[in-house]
Amino acid sequence: MIDVLYFAWVRERIGLPRERVETDAPTVAALVDQLRAREDRYEAAFADLSAIRVAVDQQLTGFDAPLTGVREVAFFPPMTGG
Amino acid sequence: MEIRILPDAFDPGAELARFSTDRSGTGAIVTFTGLVRDDGGALHALEIEHYPGMTEAAVTAMVAEAEGRWTLTDALVVHRHGTLRPGEPIMMVATAARHRAAAFAAAEFLMDYLKSRAPFWKKETTRDGTSWVAARDEDEAALDRWT
Repeated sequence: MIDVLYFAWVRERIGLPRERVETDAPTVAALVDQLRAREDRYEAAFADLSAIRVAVDQQLTGFDAPLTGVREVAFFPPMTGG
Repeated sequence: MEIRILPDAFDPGAELARFSTDRSGTGAIVTFTGLVRDDGGALHALEIEHYPGMTEAAVTAMVAEAEGRWTLTDALVVHRHGTLRPGEPIMMVATAARHRAAAFAAAEFLMDYLKSRAPFWKKETTRDGTSWVAARDEDEAALDRWT
């Protein structure tokens, strides 16, 4: 089980801030494929991956990152701090 | 270093006064304060969302990186989340060093990284409705000068 978190418009499109996901996906990309296959709202949120950033266990990374031993994956748009 | 991610309003002047106290060995302090800008009176509110836990870790890593690049005597980052009104301070950075060059450079470095690499997202409410603020290409490009 992995905690999957969503922020900003990704959260709004999917309709929840976090969920526990049962998965054996080896990478973030495979987890995204699994989520997209679930429902239209996931497909809508992940339609353009170039607009989404990912963090694995609170570290920015890429979609090819492995999920072995990972507790938390977060998806969000490019950050707008400052 | 000191990093505060907070839901409440803060007073940049009071922060600077406190940060400047008892600073033997420091000859320069640079501060930057970001305000909620309202272009033309259309903005009602700015909502800032963040990623609790990762935000603190990411900002701490940025400050540690700055302390590795320049010899600083201290650094402070304050950043709000929640609902802000036009004109309110969003965030401030303060850097202290023996001489001003390091303090200026480290403050700019921290600002560039806070813009694009700290997990905050801004949503504007204007008289026309609400929309997420898009990341700017210039902000992403600004990181190139530090690599």
